[in-house]
Formats: sequence, C-alpha cells, structure tokens
Amino acid sequence: MDAEDIHRAVRRMAHEVLERNHGVDELVVVGLQTGGVELARALAAVIEEIEEFAPEDPPVPVGTLDVALYRDDIGIRPVLPEEVTEIPVDLDGRTVVLVDDVLFTGRTIRAALDAMCDYGRPRAVQLAVMIDRGHRELPIRPDYVGKNLPTRRDELVDVTMAGVQLGELQKQ
Amino acid sequence: MKGHLLAISDLTRAELEEVLDVTDTMVEVSGRSIPKVPALRGRTVVSLFYEDSTRTRLSFDTAAKRLSADTMSFAVSSSSVNKGESVRDTIETIEAMGIDAVVVRHCSSGVPAQIAAWTNAVVVNAGDGWHQHPTQALLDAYTIRSHTGSLDGLRIGIVGDVKHSRVARSDIEAFTALGAHVTLVAPPTLLPPSVAPWQVDVSHSLDDVLGELDVCYLLRMQRERMSEALVPSLREYTALFGLTSARADRLGKDALIMHPGPMNRGVEIAGEVADRPNAVITEQVANGVAVRMAVLFLLLGPGRHALPPTGDPSSAGAASADDTTTEERP
Repeated sequence: MDAEDIHRAVRRMAHEVLERNHGVDELVVVGLQTGGVELARALAAVIEEIEEFAPEDPPVPVGTLDVALYRDDIGIRPVLPEEVTEIPVDLDGRTVVLVDDVLFTGRTIRAALDAMCDYGRPRAVQLAVMIDRGHRELPIRPDYVGKNLPTRRDELVDVTMAGVQLGELQKQ
Repeated sequence: MKGHLLAISDLTRAELEEVLDVTDTMVEVSGRSIPKVPALRGRTVVSLFYEDSTRTRLSFDTAAKRLSADTMSFAVSSSSVNKGESVRDTIETIEAMGIDAVVVRHCSSGVPAQIAAWTNAVVVNAGDGWHQHPTQALLDAYTIRSHTGSLDGLRIGIVGDVKHSRVARSDIEAFTALGAHVTLVAPPTLLPPSVAPWQVDVSHSLDDVLGELDVCYLLRMQRERMSEALVPSLREYTALFGLTSARADRLGKDALIMHPGPMNRGVEIAGEVADRPNAVITEQVANGVAVRMAVLFLLLGPGRHALPPTGDPSSAGAASADDTTTEERP
C-alpha cells in the first residue's frame, strides 16, 4: 500500500465508523502508542471533514494510550512506556474507537482493553486497524480493517502514513 | 537500568534520563481516579528499614502498591534483629520466602551493596549512612526537570551540611551527570575533607552566589549534630546560610527552592519562604512516589534477567556482616 491507498482506507473506515454509530455523538478516537496515534488523528480529521464540521464545532476527541504497564509479557521482553497516556474526556458512556496500525496476536489490544477500564466504562469499544496480519492468539477481532494482509509469523510489518512495508524480523 | 540501584554513580546519563522519562508515565498513573496498574502483579517487594523514616518508606510502599506488587514491611524494632540476628541471616530468611526486591535503609554506608552480594533479589538503596540516597536524587532531578525542561546548564546551589548528607552526595552526582553546574555552599566545617571527585564549585558565602542560582537546594541542618560544634550556634548558621525572607527575595523570580525534608523552619529555611510559590518542597514528595514507581518498574519489569550476586560474599567490602558497626548518620 502506498500513501494514497492508506488515505483511501482511512476515508472508508471513517465512513464505516459513522455508518455504524449513526454519526459522531459520544464518539472518542483513541490511538495506541505509538503506531496508532497518527492514524487516530487522521481518522478523526476525516470524520470531521465528512460530517462537515464548522471551525467552531467541538472536534472529535482524540486520545492516546500507552499500554506498556498492562502487557502480559513484562519481564519476557523489554517493553518501556513510550509516551504519556492522554485521554482528554471521561470515557463513561462513550463509544471508543481504538486505533492501531497492525493487528497481530491481539495481546496489545487485550492490554489496551484493560488499560481503558482504568479510565472509565465506555458504552462500547470498537477496534480499527490499518493492517490485519492474522496469527491471533486471543479471541479478538477488528471492527474496521484497512487491509487484510496474510503474513508469516517472522515477517515484520511497518505502517506509516506513507505506506506499508514488509520486512524480515530481526533475529535477536 | 539493570541490576540494583545502589548509587547514582552506577548509572549513565542515558539511564538517568530513562528513569525520568518513565517517571512521566508514572505521574500520569498517579493522577488517575484509580491510580493503579497491573505491571508488577505477582512480584514481592520487601522494605527493610534499619533506620527511622516516614516519607521514604511510605513512598516506596505506595509506589509498589500502585504497580500491583505485593509489599512486605519489616520493622526492625519488632523483629528478630532484637534477638541478635545478623543482616545476612535476616536477608536469607526473607529471601527464602520468595521475594523479588528489597528496599534497604541502614545507618551504615555500604550495607545495601553488601546485601546485593548476598541475594538474588533486586536491591534498592533507600539511604545508607552518609553515602547515597539515589531515589531522592532522582526525584529532585525530576522535580527540577518538570519545571525547566532540562538540567543542562542550570546553576544549582546545594546549601548546608554537605559533609553528613547522603542526599547531597547523590544529588551532586545526579545533577552534574545531567549537565548542571553545582555549587556547594557551606562553612568549611560542614564540607567533606575533599570535593575533588566531583565537578563542583565551593563557596563559603550564600550571599555571594544567591543571585545567579536557578535552584537553591537547602539541606537539613541537623540539630543532633550540634554537639560536635561544627557551627557556633544555629542562630549564627541561620544568619549566614539560612534562606531568610530577605535572601529569598534576592533569588531570581523563577528560581526553585528545594528541601529534602524534614524541614527545620526558622533554621535553614524561613517558615514563610517554604510556603512561597517557587518552593517546590511538597512537589518533591509527590514526585517521590512516581520516581520510585519508575525505579521499581525498570528494575523488576521489562527484560529482567536472573541476577548473579554482585560479588563474593566472603569479601565483606564496605559493610561488615553483622549489624553492630554504625557510623553516625545525619
């Protein structure tokens, strides 16, 4: 995928989010550190554009979530918090769209769901990912997918707003 | 950060900055309505305090609990230490119960390092003799950084009883490693015999340096030490080295006033000065919890490997195996 494809996928996912939630009421977009943050901002911006937000309208709230302290592999591999979590609104009763770049084993999302419980009780949580690469280890599925990309376990998928790259995982 | 936290000088600048960066995250956790994360679930942290302390002990305890670790507290006064149990036997007994970290405070310098040689648990120094108090230095550095963005090029004055202060020793190492210029301000009797190992300036007059300080760090004047006649009287000390209201007025508008606590209001710091907006003394305490969370998380959390004992137990090093040698401590 190149930058154009990414942009088209974000636009389609924005339409799907609006269709499924009947608009933007009570919607919060939360990007996972670090890969999901830029995508979350892009998704919120496109949602505002589609809904024809006027400059004085309150924007769609965008938060960021760092799940390092909630992972189940602490102690197995080095995982450090990258950035400070920032949730700008109370999540109670809101619909949260979690955004990440790549969905792989599902363990990051499991950690993110736990983390979110500490910030409130959303009415619903939906998951948007740019790439679903398979190999799930937990019963977790995305609600909005940019692209399904079959991979080998040892491949590396790198997503930026400029495109998607496949590489070989560096053997430690 | 790997291994133990025994002294600031064991850490590189990058490791110091890593602790401060992770502390940002821990401050956010501490500010939530439910300030608890599951990061250290199932780990056990023991606090082993051979010396009185309120803030450090409670701070470590709170930090461990906010990370979901189990905590055990060891009160020396009601333990087998009173029956003559040695430090080594105490450690081996506790370790046999299955622990992951020991937070140690002792009145003799070097005891935490000695304990690290005896145990596979992570050892965190919570103050040993006149030697080191590394988490205090980290929380001080964090507090300064949260106001200025960086310690690079800051002028920091450490005022008072440097000689007997483990806080001063750790602070000097941390502040200079992070790029600050440190000036020690004290009468010659309250300075250590040599300051040569440190990159610091020395002044015997607070009035001379006051105007150019970005941070004025006051050490506790230890009344119990007055018998040694290191200063003629507390009143004279206050007159020459106390941060009085008049002196505080001459500090820069944004200069921070810091103190490790407990304060002697009216001695090293005037009561009114401690309550000024640029006095960040209660902030230091609040940051203490977050810094200790970061330290425990970094030592016990990511990529922790089984630690080999740091040295040969038979070479007793700085501390003796029993608990009888005590160096008077501030």
